[in-house]
Amino acid sequence: MKIKSFVKRFFKKYHGFNFVCGLVICGIIFLAAFIAVFHTPYGSTEMNASLKFASPSFAHIFGCDNYGRDIFSRVLEGIRNTFFIALTTVFIGTFAGIVIGAGCGYYGGRLDHVLMRVNDALFAFPSVLLALVIISLLGPSSFNVTIALGIAFIPSFARIVRSEYKKQAALDYVQSAKLMGAGDLRIIFVHILPNILPVLMSSVMIGFNNAVLAEAGLSYLGIGVQPPNASLGRMLSEAQSYIFTAPWYALFPGLMIIIMVLGFSLLSEGISENS
Amino acid sequence: MLLEVKDLTIEFHDHDSPEKVVKDVDFSLDKGEILGIVGESGSGKSMTAMAIAGLLPRKKLKTFGSIFFERKDLLKIPRSELRGLQGDEISVIFQEPMTALNPTMKIGKQVEESLFIHHKDMSDGDRKKVALKWLENVEMDDPARVYDAYPHELSGGMRQRVMIAAAMVSEPKLLIADEPTTALDVTVQAEIIKLLLKINELSKVAVLFISHDLSLIRQISHNVMVMQNGVIVEKGDTDMIFESPKEEYTKRLIAAIPEVRL
Repeated sequence: MKIKSFVKRFFKKYHGFNFVCGLVICGIIFLAAFIAVFHTPYGSTEMNASLKFASPSFAHIFGCDNYGRDIFSRVLEGIRNTFFIALTTVFIGTFAGIVIGAGCGYYGGRLDHVLMRVNDALFAFPSVLLALVIISLLGPSSFNVTIALGIAFIPSFARIVRSEYKKQAALDYVQSAKLMGAGDLRIIFVHILPNILPVLMSSVMIGFNNAVLAEAGLSYLGIGVQPPNASLGRMLSEAQSYIFTAPWYALFPGLMIIIMVLGFSLLSEGISENS
Repeated sequence: MLLEVKDLTIEFHDHDSPEKVVKDVDFSLDKGEILGIVGESGSGKSMTAMAIAGLLPRKKLKTFGSIFFERKDLLKIPRSELRGLQGDEISVIFQEPMTALNPTMKIGKQVEESLFIHHKDMSDGDRKKVALKWLENVEMDDPARVYDAYPHELSGGMRQRVMIAAAMVSEPKLLIADEPTTALDVTVQAEIIKLLLKINELSKVAVLFISHDLSLIRQISHNVMVMQNGVIVEKGDTDMIFESPKEEYTKRLIAAIPEVRL
């Protein structure tokens, strides 16, 4: 009953073409990533010399690559890897962003100044460049990419959260919660946090997009997901040399990146226009 | 004696030279008494109230003198002890009912807030019972519905009633009402005043009623204190002040009340 009314309220609040399209696309992507955890039609690293550069067919709907591996299976696995790296990245960024941003925005003062200047300094680097620096310290692997991107994403979240907290902290309801004797933590998390959720949600979606692109970019450069594991970015870079002999090799991973980014863009657009 | 303010002086220190906004203010409040503080903008009436409520930022301001609440000096006790009093023994109603409620929290939860903070041993059911009782006390038509409503579903007058219920739910000894009716239209103002009088009767809470509206002050308060430029100009029994004001400023204020001739 409670869930039903929640779902009803949710769709009453969030509707519109952008949101529904985004939700459908993201839902399919999530489903694909989820299924790929347990099952892919062929092993993603299973090679077959006789199927080298096989063009799309019913057995291999996306065709095969230079080692005769099924591209559909590899794309599924690539989506899974990209999805989970992006998810963890955004989680790290949001969590740390909320803690830092809420502290700075709510308390203000000297700590706020110091942290925000550090934030500005980090912000001055493009996040991919920052991630590159961190990876060159830690060494390339998908785990390190997650950590590096997570750290690189903190400044943008912290800044958004901080400005929202500054705005909310000046409102009367915060004063009145203070007057009721509510402690700072209670005010920060119980009173203010729900009020910044719409803004936060929309920036989480945008952050997710950037994380997908950044992961694809890093894997393209060869420092993300390591072979033989599949990643959309890595597949693109490998497909580059065969673009004329096997165009499907580059086409499908590229298309998947576009669809993923489109889906989350639509979702973020839908959320921000409905709230 | 519930509240005793002695030689309260408040200085702003955010400019080059300190600026006194409240100067040597002395007054006291008994249990169940309604004291009206009246004065123009900038007279220091709100600053005085905020000092009592413990809402003054401690950094930019300096306060001198003392505010005794049940023999505890609110300006000297540690922050944690002050927080224990806020919402439990001392409650505040604000001027703007439209922004004083959290838009993402149900009314019921907001009314229960101070019980939740100060009476952790109470069960959820008991809290709800008390909240519903107070929603009824503030003359809400349908307390059960309002309990589950969000602030945007209520009108300004209803929100101010909710604020009063939220302020009264832990049965405080002192209620500070800082221009609680200024943002409301006149008919609703009258209802809120009636409501405050009823609640004062009901729970014997002392009320510090701050307003620039003399006719409201006259209706509600037992005693009046007139302030100008941070100083108390005149104080005393309401009828006495209104019928035979001694100071020139008070006389002018009273003369400025528009009379309705039909």
